[in-house]
Amino acid sequence: MRALTPFVMVIALVLLAFAGIKTANLHFLFGVVIPYAALGTFIIGVVYRVLNWGSSPVPFRIPTTCGQEKSLPWIKQNKIDNPSSSLGVIMRMAFEVLLFRSLFRNMKTELKSGKVVYGSEKWLWVAGLAFHWSFLIILIRHFRCFIENVPFVFKTIEGLDSFLQIGVPLFYITEATSGVLMRYFYKVHIVGVKILTMGLISFNPDPKILNEIGTIFYVHLFLISVLLAYFPFSKLMHMGGVFLSPTRNLANNNRMERHTNPWDYPVEVHTYEEYENDFRDKMKKAGIPVEKE
Amino acid sequence: MKLNALLLEKKTEIIEKWFDAIVACYPPDTAQFLKNKKDRFTNPMGATILQGIENIFDKLLPDNDCSDIAPFLDNIIRIRAVQDFTPSQAVAFIFLLKKVIREELRQEIQENKLYEELLAFELKIDNLALSTFDIYMKCREKLYEIKANEVKNMTFRLLQQANLICEIPGYRPDVKDDDNIKK
Amino acid sequence: MAKDQTPKADELFSTIDYKAPEKSWMDTPVEFKPGTFCHGSRPKYLELLHMPYPKEWKPGEEDWKLPENWKEIFLDGMAERLKKYRSFKLFMDICVRCGACADKCHFYIGGGDPKNMPVLRAELLRSVYRKYFTTSGKLFGKTAGARELTVDVLRELWYYAYQCTECRRCSVFCPYGIDTAEVTIIARELLNLLGLNTDWIAGPVSNCYMKGNHLGLEPHTFKSSIEFFLSDIEDITGIKIEPTFNRKGAEILFVTPSGDVFADPGTYTAMGYLMLFHELGLDYTWSTYASEGGNFGFFTSNETAKRLHYKIYAEAKRLGVKWILGGECGHMWRLIHQYLNTWHGPADFLEVPKSPITDTAFENARSTKMVHVAEFTADLIRNGKLKLDPGRNDDIKLTWHDSCNTSRGMGILEEPRYVAKSVCNHFYEMPENTIKEYTFCCGSGTGLNAGENMELRMRGGFPRANAVKFVRDVHGVNTLGNICAIDRAALTASMDYWVPGIRVAGLHELVANALVMKGEKERTVNMRNEPLPGKEAKE
Ligand code: SF4
Ligand code: SF4
Repeated sequence: MRALTPFVMVIALVLLAFAGIKTANLHFLFGVVIPYAALGTFIIGVVYRVLNWGSSPVPFRIPTTCGQEKSLPWIKQNKIDNPSSSLGVIMRMAFEVLLFRSLFRNMKTELKSGKVVYGSEKWLWVAGLAFHWSFLIILIRHFRCFIENVPFVFKTIEGLDSFLQIGVPLFYITEATSGVLMRYFYKVHIVGVKILTMGLISFNPDPKILNEIGTIFYVHLFLISVLLAYFPFSKLMHMGGVFLSPTRNLANNNRMERHTNPWDYPVEVHTYEEYENDFRDKMKKAGIPVEKE
Repeated sequence: MKLNALLLEKKTEIIEKWFDAIVACYPPDTAQFLKNKKDRFTNPMGATILQGIENIFDKLLPDNDCSDIAPFLDNIIRIRAVQDFTPSQAVAFIFLLKKVIREELRQEIQENKLYEELLAFELKIDNLALSTFDIYMKCREKLYEIKANEVKNMTFRLLQQANLICEIPGYRPDVKDDDNIKK
Repeated sequence: MAKDQTPKADELFSTIDYKAPEKSWMDTPVEFKPGTFCHGSRPKYLELLHMPYPKEWKPGEEDWKLPENWKEIFLDGMAERLKKYRSFKLFMDICVRCGACADKCHFYIGGGDPKNMPVLRAELLRSVYRKYFTTSGKLFGKTAGARELTVDVLRELWYYAYQCTECRRCSVFCPYGIDTAEVTIIARELLNLLGLNTDWIAGPVSNCYMKGNHLGLEPHTFKSSIEFFLSDIEDITGIKIEPTFNRKGAEILFVTPSGDVFADPGTYTAMGYLMLFHELGLDYTWSTYASEGGNFGFFTSNETAKRLHYKIYAEAKRLGVKWILGGECGHMWRLIHQYLNTWHGPADFLEVPKSPITDTAFENARSTKMVHVAEFTADLIRNGKLKLDPGRNDDIKLTWHDSCNTSRGMGILEEPRYVAKSVCNHFYEMPENTIKEYTFCCGSGTGLNAGENMELRMRGGFPRANAVKFVRDVHGVNTLGNICAIDRAALTASMDYWVPGIRVAGLHELVANALVMKGEKERTVNMRNEPLPGKEAKE
């Protein structure tokens, strides 16, 4: 039941776009207004959320250390999993964001014929990687719509992408399907699409082109718009979050550099003086030096 | 004799079903975890149970001697003795074997008229069940012993210093453990 | 009819409900099971600390004597902490429920309660967060994973906040760096706003506050406890040691968890310090005022932790020492490493620590000015300053338990190994996915090492014990080494239950055995007064 909900929603969205274009002829709405609105929501939403997270300070430096600390010079430090410099932190974050290092840790040992064998339970990791990389590649290949001359790199990636698309999960499958349909079957007016998108990003859309593009493109565009607008409110927003995670983005140089807490406040303490007052006689009797005789 | 062969032949299925029945006592998520993670260090509970019942099964076979079965029972019961089970639930896993065997071998038993042998075999399981209670009790006693030892370890040095006995923080002889539970 | 003669086994004991019900976690109310939770805090402790809402209460009972406006207090506290801690705010938001952390918690692995999966443990509070702090939660309620804060929810939060040892193992596996320990820490803070601490934590906290250490040893008792070791040491080595207390002008202040001063087997480690420092002729002093390195305040609230650890720098300043040396302890070192300097620094009245024996400057501690004794000793051995006879430890087959806090909140992994291997000839590692940053908790950290929750502790200790059992069976390991005072007590209990016969030893107990001291008599027994290998016959 739960798994069905998103599916039903996607269908509904597709139908909505179809109806909008085919019957109501709302080309301008679906081709210009909604994409802009979505993009706006996306940008404002993302910026808001990141700023919102960022508005809470990091009172303590609490990296999760996953390797040997930097200590004595002859002890080999694990510079990536327990970084003590900004470079190390950047490496750690890069591994985390590009390669999902932590997920990769889903290690598993097996006892095969009396011997311990280390393998990795890589599935979560592979799936995660495939998912996010396909996502990125899809994004990149769409650049061809935004750029006048398609650079070489993007062309190579497009080639790669054709076999990587297997990894795209449900919601994006719909995205991709409409994309694939468009590309191979319905043959939408690709030049028209390009003119429209170029117009959109230069804030100067050409209304004449709107009617020349196939309906399926509008469906595609609509779905993307919805996705974009939904993004800041969704769990996908973790993409921004991971960069802010104090357990990952800080160097473990605590004893080397002092970290300050912006909301630090004085606390009630039990001073030595009070302590000595409580126990002076006992201390003296036991031969422990005291401040006041 | 015949039952022995039959049990051996179906060993894999029986063990699997028995294992499934045992892990079904845990919440569904946990049952999944216990079943699917094969690593003996990531999933020590699942691994111990699986290995334990395999050994128990081998020892139990009508042709085998089961006098040294206790350690295998112990491994499993030791785990269940500290989990959220009542004593009867903690040792019930052994009876599940009966059920599994009856289901698995129903037809063969009927066809070959193995009731006598089955009864003898089940008697063996029943006897085993009795020793599971003993082991369970030993585990529980051990827990109390550990509690007592901890207090002893902590106070020993102080008691040594004769007049220096002081109150142990957090230790409340006035509150019994089950006082905490609403009746 | 004839077909179904055999009665089904489950008919025979149909009263036993052995199949777990399938229900979503929100619909499964919390049930306080015996052996899994600690006694409630006594009012006297909270009063002494000026903490809110002291009362006599029992966690298992229905009535928690909550203040009228408890909900408001809790939610205001949450709002305040969302503003104060980016970690908390982020971790409330960004979990994608990928499940990578789910089966990484020792309490889940050993107990099987789904609410001990880190993701769900955090979700208990996250659902409340959604209800009161997010639009989707306010609008869609349960569909958006939000739920009302009720007394039952509060009870559930309490139950599971005190079933987490803040070990951070889950955090290692989370692709977003979500640290459920942080969530637990905040959850406990919030519960403490309502006076809902455990007695095992509140007691030591108030003791430490007033008397300097968790056990509440008064200055003269603290001193005599240590002096008591001296006669043991003299019996074993023939050497008389005279440590000093609260001595002004010493070069180094030594701070260690008080557990080692009085609870076996930590006491042997404490003797090890005394012997090592004596042998080096170190100019150091103990303090009765700062006689606790550990900090149960951290298991209460950030503020309480700060209040307790104030003493260390204050005492260093008063005594005019140059730097501070810290003994073996897990959570103590997480706090000294990650918090102390932020709380009470800058410690500019101290100097960058420099070993007077080897002249090594501990640059890695140049700001906090506190050195871990394992770093200190590793440096000594590396520079050949200690005469060691590892043969005296030949009866020991050692394996190494990395403590959670020092592994995942600091990263001191190789120093203790280097020392251990220098003083022990037989050293075997446990499987790779159970040590170093993957280490399994002893199961009794964060103040859960009480007696009344022994079942819980044993569950939590099982994954660790399971790995120990493996090396015992494969290599004949008989000793579990570590650098943590709580480990020394907790693992002793857990080994006794799971892998009887394994003894638990601190690093400096092993050092003490192997240390050849100037002018010592021929040693026949180890620190525990057991005959040394090869000396058994002599008696
Ligand atoms: S690993 Fe992290 S993101 Fe995944 S479920 Fe656990 S806390 Fe959430
Ligand atoms: S911090 Fe440790 S005890 Fe707490 S949820 Fe994570 S793994 Fe479990």
